[in-house]
Amino acid sequence: MYRANSEKDEEKLLKSIGVSSFEDLTRRLPKNHLNPGLGLPKSVSELEFSRVIESLARKNGDPLSFLGAGAYDHFISAVVPAIQSRGEFATAYTPYQAEASQGTLQSIFEFQSMVAEIYGMDVANASLYDGATALAEAVIVAVRQTGKKVALLPDALHPHYRRTLETYFAATHGVQLVTLGCPKGIIEEHDLDSKVKNYQGKIAALVIQSPNFFGCLEDGEKLTRIAHAAGAISIVSANPLALGLLTPPGEYGADIAVGDGQPLGIPLSFGGPYVGLFGCKKELMRKMPGRLCGKTLDADGKTGYVLTLQAREQHIRREKANSNICSNQNLMALGFTLQTSCLGPEGLKELAELNLQLAHYAAGQIAKIPGFKLSFPNPFFNEFVVETPAPAESFHQKVLNMGILAGFPLKNYFPALDHHLLINVTEKKSVEDIDRLVSVLRSVK
Amino acid sequence: MSRLEPLLIDQSVPGRRAARFDRCPVSQPLDQLVPSKFIRKIKPRLPEVTEFQVVRHFTRLSQLNYSIDTNFYPLGSCTMKYNPKVNEAMANLPGMKNIHPLAPESMTQGVLELLYNLEQWLVKMTGFDAFTLQPAAGAHGELTGILIAEAYHRAKGNKKSTVLIPDSAHGTNPASAAFASYNVIQVKSLKDGQLDLNDFRSKLTDEVALLMMTLPNTLGIFEEQIETIIREAHAKGALVYLDGANFNALAGVLKPGDLGFDICHINLHKTFSTPHGGGGPGAGPVGVKGALEPFLPVPRITREGNIFHLRESKHHYPQSIGQMRSFFGSTGILIRAYAYMLALGEDGLKEMSRRAILNANFIRVRLSKLLKPPADEPCMHEAVFSGLPILKNGTKTLDVAKRLLDYGFYAPTIYFPLIVPECLMIEPTETETPETLEDFCQTMEKIAAEIEKDPEMVKHAPYTTPVRRLDEVQAAREPILKWPSQNEQFDATNEKVPFKTSLKK
Amino acid sequence: MSNLEQYRFAKTHEWISPDGTVGISDHAQREMTDVVFVELPKMGLEVKIGEACAVVESVKAAFDIYAPVSGKITKVNHAVSKKPALLNQSPYENGWIFVMEKANPAEEMALMSHSDYEKFIEDETNGH
Repeated sequence: MYRANSEKDEEKLLKSIGVSSFEDLTRRLPKNHLNPGLGLPKSVSELEFSRVIESLARKNGDPLSFLGAGAYDHFISAVVPAIQSRGEFATAYTPYQAEASQGTLQSIFEFQSMVAEIYGMDVANASLYDGATALAEAVIVAVRQTGKKVALLPDALHPHYRRTLETYFAATHGVQLVTLGCPKGIIEEHDLDSKVKNYQGKIAALVIQSPNFFGCLEDGEKLTRIAHAAGAISIVSANPLALGLLTPPGEYGADIAVGDGQPLGIPLSFGGPYVGLFGCKKELMRKMPGRLCGKTLDADGKTGYVLTLQAREQHIRREKANSNICSNQNLMALGFTLQTSCLGPEGLKELAELNLQLAHYAAGQIAKIPGFKLSFPNPFFNEFVVETPAPAESFHQKVLNMGILAGFPLKNYFPALDHHLLINVTEKKSVEDIDRLVSVLRSVK
Repeated sequence: MSRLEPLLIDQSVPGRRAARFDRCPVSQPLDQLVPSKFIRKIKPRLPEVTEFQVVRHFTRLSQLNYSIDTNFYPLGSCTMKYNPKVNEAMANLPGMKNIHPLAPESMTQGVLELLYNLEQWLVKMTGFDAFTLQPAAGAHGELTGILIAEAYHRAKGNKKSTVLIPDSAHGTNPASAAFASYNVIQVKSLKDGQLDLNDFRSKLTDEVALLMMTLPNTLGIFEEQIETIIREAHAKGALVYLDGANFNALAGVLKPGDLGFDICHINLHKTFSTPHGGGGPGAGPVGVKGALEPFLPVPRITREGNIFHLRESKHHYPQSIGQMRSFFGSTGILIRAYAYMLALGEDGLKEMSRRAILNANFIRVRLSKLLKPPADEPCMHEAVFSGLPILKNGTKTLDVAKRLLDYGFYAPTIYFPLIVPECLMIEPTETETPETLEDFCQTMEKIAAEIEKDPEMVKHAPYTTPVRRLDEVQAAREPILKWPSQNEQFDATNEKVPFKTSLKK
Repeated sequence: MSNLEQYRFAKTHEWISPDGTVGISDHAQREMTDVVFVELPKMGLEVKIGEACAVVESVKAAFDIYAPVSGKITKVNHAVSKKPALLNQSPYENGWIFVMEKANPAEEMALMSHSDYEKFIEDETNGH
């Protein structure tokens, strides 16, 4: 039990309050509904319930996994949980009282700096819920900024991101989501040009994801040029770890960069909590959703950090707020900051390159198996699609029975792609692991 | 310019690194794998430091923070209770922490069972029929709830365009409603915080889609007329939403579903002890009555005998509003809340709210001679006061809040709700001892005396925190939101300039 | 020196001068406290009386500025973009926000004179 007073304390409290029984305090509540039976079990000891949860944990499998699809198994330095679990960080409140929150605030400032640097953007916020909601918020900014209503989305956008956008914009009158076909794994320029013409003057944003759901890299520079020529805002959703090596959106003039910080310092944890990243050009700074931390001076001239531009946020602006978001994923943002600090620019580059090399080795070896081929000819980072000789789902199941999770059968989200597996390789896989995957794929009929 | 703890980038020395990797045993020339246009030209300006520098830097930063583990947080409506350490251990079990959200069901039966059970606990506690565990925060839950209401009305062909929200509501309520393209109409409150029924009735038209209520309200008072209000809203075809921020007062005391609410969200990082983390992550599960269940977001967990299924397709749930985010939800947080629920059980939950209400009323009575409560009624889990009775000589509630920091207390919630002038909202929670509460009240009396004797001193508090009051005006006029990039001036501490200059624009 | 007697005031605390210059009152700037940012209206924007057309942000809050009369925005004051403090320092002169071409002279009659406005804010502060 975590309550802090005993029965004896309760007597004293009632006396101080000046009532004879606890029921005097709840007399306003409807009597016929008061103190219901909940049908829940009794309290148990820590020993007891931790046993229950441990046994549930043991029921989950632990195969050799090549599954990515938007959530990645990467190395996390032991420094990350050690610092994150410090009570001063974990149990602190939102830093509204800045004088008592400089630890949180300075770490947010460092997070914002790192995100902006990785994405090559002028500014970044203190984080949003995840990559999907960050993308939704970016489209909202684009719609408000341009006054236009159409957003172009590639078919190869992560399906969960797409669905989140569809949900967010179902009730927002007039915002139209238009799909760009990606039959060869990336946005087809021909299709893009014709859609740009069709929706001439109405396009708020072009959404680019690189690497996209299929793992392919998009030519962000060319696509941004096309977006700007159409009077639209260029929004790029990118994996921050990949950007240790690959061109960041800021380098080719994208207006908004978003993504999920999960690959840097955040465990898979069955889908969350993760951390949404949002960076943009200076011109859009005051239109950014979410919290922002700024540097300033205190009354004695000391450097300090404080939440700023709060007038745009829900707790002040209410229905006119930029967004309804009230929190950032602060402790996960701290995880991202810690991991990135441990890597540094050279470490991040080396890690990205390690992913690239291992994935390309795996792709090359799989392509050599009779009946298998790489589906798309495009450059990729650490994820790629292979075509299987038999329906991918049954293949996948047979391989799983041998203790290996061979990526993700695409049929779940792309019904026509029923002979296709999305395979991810990170630095957590050794060459031996990859060789084992290849030999199992080769042997399964 | 003096600093407490320099930025990590200012402690950076080129060539230093914490994490290293072994050489890649399979290596092909880079330009054969990826065309050079895809390779980054400009190095990001990130810290180059040793592991020990990282640890020392962030440990020192942590020591600049107040936190629940170190200080009493009387923040109203935030429920800053003890965060049990066992919850951390549970969420960090490798069998939970390392599970991929898209892994096949045969690999995830343990976590699916846990999450399914969590949903059932929430159903039983609240009297709603089904929950989604997807929303990543309370505000996210509100948006989810509003989108569910919107989808429901649309499916029924109801012409609804407005949402009614009390003027005492939290800012996320109108922000969420406006986001879903509803017109927000404010309903007035009476002086004691209860809804002004006349104003409510005058604004309750056929156009109203939803009424959003907080219970107890944001003044910590139970809305006596709630069942009447809900009945009248229903009669006009409007749904009623419960903002569950104050559920710490209701758990085991009342089931909001019994009162007639249609939709709710619960803040797991408030009532259910998951850590605030300095601003997140939280979780805001949303509960609905049966008629709204078809509209819940996907994926959902179902049970067939002893097998648990994760269902996400629109074939199973054709009327679902879809997904509110990627993957299932903030499972790490959900596990923590589940562990807490198991620990408390039904008897523990009832004790939790009971002690929370007792502690808050102790504060209410103890401080009622000093400050002014808006009504002479018992409060529930939080006590609200106007600071006016002690604010003399130009001092404001803000000054009292800052002075409390000098005594090692985090400040209460101030200036919310908006309808109480110079407002202080105090929620002690059930996990604070009577000694701490008494200490806090004595400190308030001390500060009141300081205001009498030396108001100027109080106006410039705090003095003992790592920094004094900060220039927020300057921070907003000329925002500095990140450390300098490569093409900007470096500090004098960075003698070498190892990176390329000029960011391509 | 501005001739306040010639200015007309809206209940929402904007003033308009005979030549169509618009700003916020001294009372408003004091209530807002330090202005940190001004979002100027678009040039050429046509507005109806009472329509929100600009935003003034302080640390406390963001305030909509409502057109005191109907008309067209013909000039905006970039100086307050660069130095938002002008609204606090000189609300009736250098802190002007925009100039508009008045569409309907009758609307101005419905606004308050300076002395009526002073009385109005006195009642607002005390009464309520």
